[in-house]
Amino acid sequence: MHVGLEPGRRADGPPTGRASRPTRLALMSTISRDEVARVAALARIDLRPEEVDRLAGELDVIVESIARVREVATPDVPATSHPLPMTNVFREDVPQPALPVDDVLAAAPEAMDGRFAVPQILGEE
Amino acid sequence: MTDLTRLSAAQLADALTAREVSSAEVTRAHLDRIEATDDKLHAFLHVSADDALATAGDVDQRRASGEELHPLAGVPIAVKDVVVTKGIPTTAGSKILEGWVPPYDATLVERIRAARLPILGKTNMDEFAMGSSTEHSAFGNTRNPWDLERIPGGSGGGSAAAVAAFEAPLAIGTDTGGSIRQPGAVTGTVGVKPTYGGVSRYGLIAMASSLDQAGPVTRTVLDAALLHELIGGHDPRDSTSIPEPLPSLVAAAREGATGDLKGLRVGVVKELSGDGYQADVSARFAESLDVLRALGADVVEVSCPHFDYALAAYYLIMPSEASSNLAKFDGMRFGLRVEPSEGPVTAERVMAATRGAGFGDEVKRRIILGTYALSAGYYDAYYGSAQKVRTLIQRDFADAFAQADVLVSPTAPTTAFKFGEKLDDPLAMYLNDVATIPANLAGVPGMSVPNGLSADGLPVGFQILAPAKADDRMYRVGAALEAAHEQSWGAPLLTRAPELS
Repeated sequence: MHVGLEPGRRADGPPTGRASRPTRLALMSTISRDEVARVAALARIDLRPEEVDRLAGELDVIVESIARVREVATPDVPATSHPLPMTNVFREDVPQPALPVDDVLAAAPEAMDGRFAVPQILGEE
Repeated sequence: MTDLTRLSAAQLADALTAREVSSAEVTRAHLDRIEATDDKLHAFLHVSADDALATAGDVDQRRASGEELHPLAGVPIAVKDVVVTKGIPTTAGSKILEGWVPPYDATLVERIRAARLPILGKTNMDEFAMGSSTEHSAFGNTRNPWDLERIPGGSGGGSAAAVAAFEAPLAIGTDTGGSIRQPGAVTGTVGVKPTYGGVSRYGLIAMASSLDQAGPVTRTVLDAALLHELIGGHDPRDSTSIPEPLPSLVAAAREGATGDLKGLRVGVVKELSGDGYQADVSARFAESLDVLRALGADVVEVSCPHFDYALAAYYLIMPSEASSNLAKFDGMRFGLRVEPSEGPVTAERVMAATRGAGFGDEVKRRIILGTYALSAGYYDAYYGSAQKVRTLIQRDFADAFAQADVLVSPTAPTTAFKFGEKLDDPLAMYLNDVATIPANLAGVPGMSVPNGLSADGLPVGFQILAPAKADDRMYRVGAALEAAHEQSWGAPLLTRAPELS
């Protein structure tokens, strides 16, 4: 693997401390061109070859960020997913008026018979 | 005759209520100002003149018939283009939404319309609010009214520039990492990020749902309080919206303006100073601490050691959430659809071609970063670890707020920089938000108020942070500082901005 963290490994090792940061970063190689292309495919974005090249050079920020965060994100610290403590929010199950179909379809790239018209979902094979 | 565009929203509201002016006159004056100055500024992506004048005419008629109206009825407002407006084009600064006319209003827009504020138009922004300079807009830069060669901040550069240049007395912004407060600082205006959940997110085109928050962009602290009270409060359509009523913000601003801060404890955040902060910015900040002391406040130093990790955590959480939120732009239901130039035309290939053609560089960058951070095997280590830092930052805030009623810092480390200066260096661009990001991660409210000028005549901002749901505290302190500053300056800061027309 070409990043400093194996997939699936939890960030629960001992805190590295700030002093060791440069060394750790030096051990990490950059995110490869192939990796950028793989992630772009997952994200469903067609990239031109020059965009893949540029992004491969720019994604190091994430490797640096994770190295920095791991200095303090130790196992004893709980994660916070939401800025304010909240539990599930419920409401009465009462029907509400929906948006008028014509208004919604007016903004669609293509519509047919009161529905969104989309390209075929599956390829030929 | 008074130039109506120079009045604050509160002054306009009083003049309208007293029937000294009509909303049609006020709205026309602002549309004329936009006409005269926006060629230079490009604060607006769309001007909805007919819509605004129709609302103004309606308000005047209702007022004439003796109908009881909202205090801000008839006062015009500009809305950041990331907030959906029924019947008014909304692009979020992106080619992928060019020409889209939303079929519904955001909750905050519904409230603006219900109170009958004429909507002047939609303001420019970094694409999907991703940036700190508005240079990432797909539709061109907005210029800073103080110096047309400099950035107006971002992502809400359009709203801040419109208000600073007297094109609108009020505007709406959104703040994910500082996009209301940093533009406020660099344009000499007031910007408020409410407590997370204080203003409904329904109808905001989301970037990072756990960080995004809409708020007021104005020229005075009182105007911000008036607008905040209008747009804020519980909304059943946003399940993260705070159920309890807002604290009384207008009253807090009026109390603060009397200038008495006796007994108030002001905490200076040690980590938000020093290296990286421009000398002028630090000097103006230190002077304002003296002002607060003179008003009776006790100024103490507090330490928030984990703020040093906020930027790193933000740049894991924000792209992760953005990559998920932006998956909806698939070329199927709204916006752009582009077919692949070769091969079979399947839905998946249309989606990839559409996104490749419709998203700008910075949006692609953040989606790729976020997809990488969330991809199989990395989720716990990346997003999960960043969420732990949120806990640590919240604890820092809790400790600091045990020692101080509000926390303060410079809003942005530098004054407005020149176009292109940081465009090729994303990290340098991100550093603009170093002082504003902790509030988004913890959900606490933050305000930027004008804090004087640098030696080369550019505005500097002063940031006030309060505990969650105690937004009233920052209005009190902000109004006190504003009143003291204007007394010593002899006039509001914006009277020193260069004439544009």
